[in-house]
Amino acid sequence: MTSQANPKNKEILPGLQLETVDDKIMTLNVGPQHPGSGHMRIILKIDGDYIVHCDPDPGYVHRGEEKMAEYRNYITNIPHLERPVIHDSCNILYPYCLGVEELLGLEVPERAKYLRVIASELNRCVYTQYWLAIYGIFLGHSTMFMWPMGDRELVIDLLEKMTGARVTHSYFVPGGVRNDTPPNFEDVCLRQVNYFEKRLKEYADIFYDNPILISRTKDTGILSREDAIKLGTTGSVLRASGVDFDIRKKEPYDVYEELDFQTNVLKEGDSYARSKIPWLDMFESCRIIRDALQKMPKSGSVRIKLKPNPKGGDTEVYRRVESGRGSLGMHIVSRGKPQPYRLKISVGSFRNLIAMPHLLTGEMLGNMPAVYWSLNYWPVEADR
Amino acid sequence: MSSADSTEIVKTDDSALISDLDKSLSDSISKKFSNVEIAYVKPNRIRVNVKKEEIIDVASFIRDELHFDHAESVGGVDYPEDKQIEVVYHLGSYTDPSLSKHILALATRATREDNPRPGNDSTILPSLRDVFPSVSFHERECFEMLGVYFDGHPDNRRLLLPEDWADIPPLRKDFRIKGR
Repeated sequence: MTSQANPKNKEILPGLQLETVDDKIMTLNVGPQHPGSGHMRIILKIDGDYIVHCDPDPGYVHRGEEKMAEYRNYITNIPHLERPVIHDSCNILYPYCLGVEELLGLEVPERAKYLRVIASELNRCVYTQYWLAIYGIFLGHSTMFMWPMGDRELVIDLLEKMTGARVTHSYFVPGGVRNDTPPNFEDVCLRQVNYFEKRLKEYADIFYDNPILISRTKDTGILSREDAIKLGTTGSVLRASGVDFDIRKKEPYDVYEELDFQTNVLKEGDSYARSKIPWLDMFESCRIIRDALQKMPKSGSVRIKLKPNPKGGDTEVYRRVESGRGSLGMHIVSRGKPQPYRLKISVGSFRNLIAMPHLLTGEMLGNMPAVYWSLNYWPVEADR
Repeated sequence: MSSADSTEIVKTDDSALISDLDKSLSDSISKKFSNVEIAYVKPNRIRVNVKKEEIIDVASFIRDELHFDHAESVGGVDYPEDKQIEVVYHLGSYTDPSLSKHILALATRATREDNPRPGNDSTILPSLRDVFPSVSFHERECFEMLGVYFDGHPDNRRLLLPEDWADIPPLRKDFRIKGR
């Protein structure tokens, strides 16, 4: 009890003492080892059952991706850049490839554009299923952990056929995709996606219509439309608060303009709405994949040949895509070298983190997992 | 490599794609502020370079008159040969549907110290947190990674780096990765 022995000792780092000088307020560390925190620490100050202060402390899985990118060529950056979110690796490489193509002035073949869309939508399903499994288990619903984990394998198998790897695909390259699909891929993909969609519908019976889930998540952690805009949140958090903003619709990249899908928007802004949007998005992903399989050219080149160690000009680009966690932007500064001079990755998880203290302050401690995981937060991606 | 059969690299010319909205946005900024430099106007992307004394006025104008309402990204770039560190705010808009494609990059520069003392650097910029609350965590990241102190930010603490980090800010160019 160092703090009691010397209450004015300012040397103590925040959160390292269990009790503060004020007897009524207790400081509680959630994480980084706590299973409910992910790879991060949340420093909570609680008054009885209510959270009065919340200070998120990420950084436990910071890997210096941005610094590493400054030492590697545009092509050799690909495998390490997807590490922050291995379940959604196609979507994190997407803005990088779009940006490098803009820097080098590359035109992507038509078939590659469709393959990119299919791969990134399959990846979105893989990521969302993983997130949904974690969301389920932290609300004490272990069936909801097992079902998405099992159904996720279907999509992983498809991606394995397509790219050769179960996760960390390194499938996107500037100028196209790495390889073409194997024969019969279209038929297998269509069959599995149809089955996957049928399984998704069953999640409503066991999870989304479950009165226990509804009582735990309805009206907890309400983020108003104004606050969602002011805090600059993105992705499912933003769309659950009634803002219709999906980059696939608003700033279409590759062939999203030609595909038939809609944006899911809910007005409630509570944890329930935030947890429902990614599930609804998976139905749209299935729709996009089916449409893309139909419209995709049946043959043709899937990548253009690059010169060895291509150099960018003396310019900069900012490109963004809609990932599983919202807008994912990359700011690439080039100074005529084969390596980027600076690569800034702006990820949805990091942008949504600012909503956490806003939502948790005033909330009951027992509601913390429901609010925290509904933010669709991926600690490894936020730390980069 | 067998599937790579086209060797042609096509250079695209995007000057024709610049819309009237791009031009009117950049014109309204340059009309209002004479010292502001419009670095480029590309399709849906505008970059504005301002002096650090003016950045709060320009940012308020961009928010109130041009309806950009949130920051997508705040990134710092180190230029040791100019003895400057540049901070780029990428601003977007949710409320104005006509601006949903647009990203406005607002850049400013601070002088850079050769030998920064950790946490005690005189590289100072005004914080935009009062104009755009969404920059709050981004500025904290920029502070620890490049050593830019944001004046007016209530929470200039480290975010991702360990509390006992005693080296120079890691995204400065003179911080080298071992063996590279």
